[in-house]
Amino acid sequence: MPVLMDKDRIARTLTRLSKEIGESNGGFENVVLLGIKRGGEVVAERLQHLIFREEGVLLPAAGIDIGLHRDDLVSAFFVPQAVVNKIPFSVEGKTVVLCDDILYTGRTVRAAIETIFKELGRPSKIQLLELVDRGGRELPIRADFVGKNVPSSSREYVKVNFTELGAEEDSLTIEKK
Amino acid sequence: MLQSKDLVGLIETSREEIVEILDTAANMKKLLKQGIKKLPHLQGKTVTILFYENSTRTRTSFELAAKYLGATTINISADSSSVKKGETLIDTGKTLDAMQNDFIVMRHPMAGAPHFLSRHVKAGVVNGGDGMNEHPTQALLDMCTMREHFGHIEGLKVAILGDIKHSRVAKSNLVGLRKLGAEVRMYAPETLIPKEIDKMGAKLCSSREEAVEGADVVMGLRIQLERQQAGAFPSLNEYAEFYGVNERILSLAAKNSVVMHPGPVNRGVELTSSVIDGSNSLIDDQVLSGVAVRMAILFLLTQRANKIG
Repeated sequence: MPVLMDKDRIARTLTRLSKEIGESNGGFENVVLLGIKRGGEVVAERLQHLIFREEGVLLPAAGIDIGLHRDDLVSAFFVPQAVVNKIPFSVEGKTVVLCDDILYTGRTVRAAIETIFKELGRPSKIQLLELVDRGGRELPIRADFVGKNVPSSSREYVKVNFTELGAEEDSLTIEKK
Repeated sequence: MLQSKDLVGLIETSREEIVEILDTAANMKKLLKQGIKKLPHLQGKTVTILFYENSTRTRTSFELAAKYLGATTINISADSSSVKKGETLIDTGKTLDAMQNDFIVMRHPMAGAPHFLSRHVKAGVVNGGDGMNEHPTQALLDMCTMREHFGHIEGLKVAILGDIKHSRVAKSNLVGLRKLGAEVRMYAPETLIPKEIDKMGAKLCSSREEAVEGADVVMGLRIQLERQQAGAFPSLNEYAEFYGVNERILSLAAKNSVVMHPGPVNRGVELTSSVIDGSNSLIDDQVLSGVAVRMAILFLLTQRANKIG
């Protein structure tokens, strides 16, 4: 299986992304990290850790479940296996950096934005951070921070593997379906 | 996928369909327990609740289930509708069809009324209790509760005590539980038990001790006061004394047994208050399962209607 990023590349990429968040916001004041479960949650936690280590700032970070706001609940007609989001901090008036591992159609991000407004509150700004942008958008959505662009077709399977989610080693892989 | 546009009884529902309903209900219940009461699957659908008999919990439960899924709901009671003017069941159904109604949830004193109506309307018909025949959603919610508690239905020993003869709940439970592989024991005064119910798979017991001994589930059924006037048993006190379930009887049940009752309960008659309010009573949990099961049924019937078009 072709590996597009190994664990060192992923680590360096996350470090760069953490710095870009600070640059874009003139520091980390009012910034909170929300990761879309489960890959995005890992991205948010890693960024929190990196920013604490490098900058000495501990940003609030949490994972969110977007299941109740997916746009295919009715078209695909299934009962969502979702939980109500209860996070230990407020997003009200904050700059939310919404983190995910892969940006593809944009539908997940749309659902995440709806989740934030319907379940969590009204941030002053939402920025989108993606470890990988694989193209293939179906909605007018673009990321503010991108780790790596991987132009790919719908016949390819792009996957980020994290040790937190059971992988032996962090990697970004691509394979034909 | 469900085979029929209607859910008229568990006799007409296959084991696979029952399992599908219970699986879906379990997911619905998870959402309900978190306070999620807003799903979009029945948006644009209309559910008419057509009750020719009194009811509080079944009616409320169906109405909430439909509303939690986003449906528009209408309530029709026989005594405040054109039924009073002599409109036939079919004409009422056809009128609702013409109004683009999607589902009729129906309770009727005549056995088979929902089955009959279902053959004459386009809408899906869900039986909310027909005479002394079936009350399928009650049995499904009982099974949903048991399955969540024990993790399975197969092999469970279920003791049903009370007025079995007049109980559509007992019949639906017997049919459903047998299809899923449970043992169903029944005990009641001879006047309150149909003679040939053992041919439907029930194990008839000759004492409440025999029924309850080693049972995983002890289910009480409501004794209807009018049955006493009809001479089925001498008095409520006597019923409680010789046929009711108290703590002594319950102590014969299996170690982790649970107590269930479809409600409304006559406290101190079919079950003593200490049994009803005891730590192994699942009576409140049954009510939540009721909403979940009815959501699951409306969900699956809509899924079927969407696929078939």
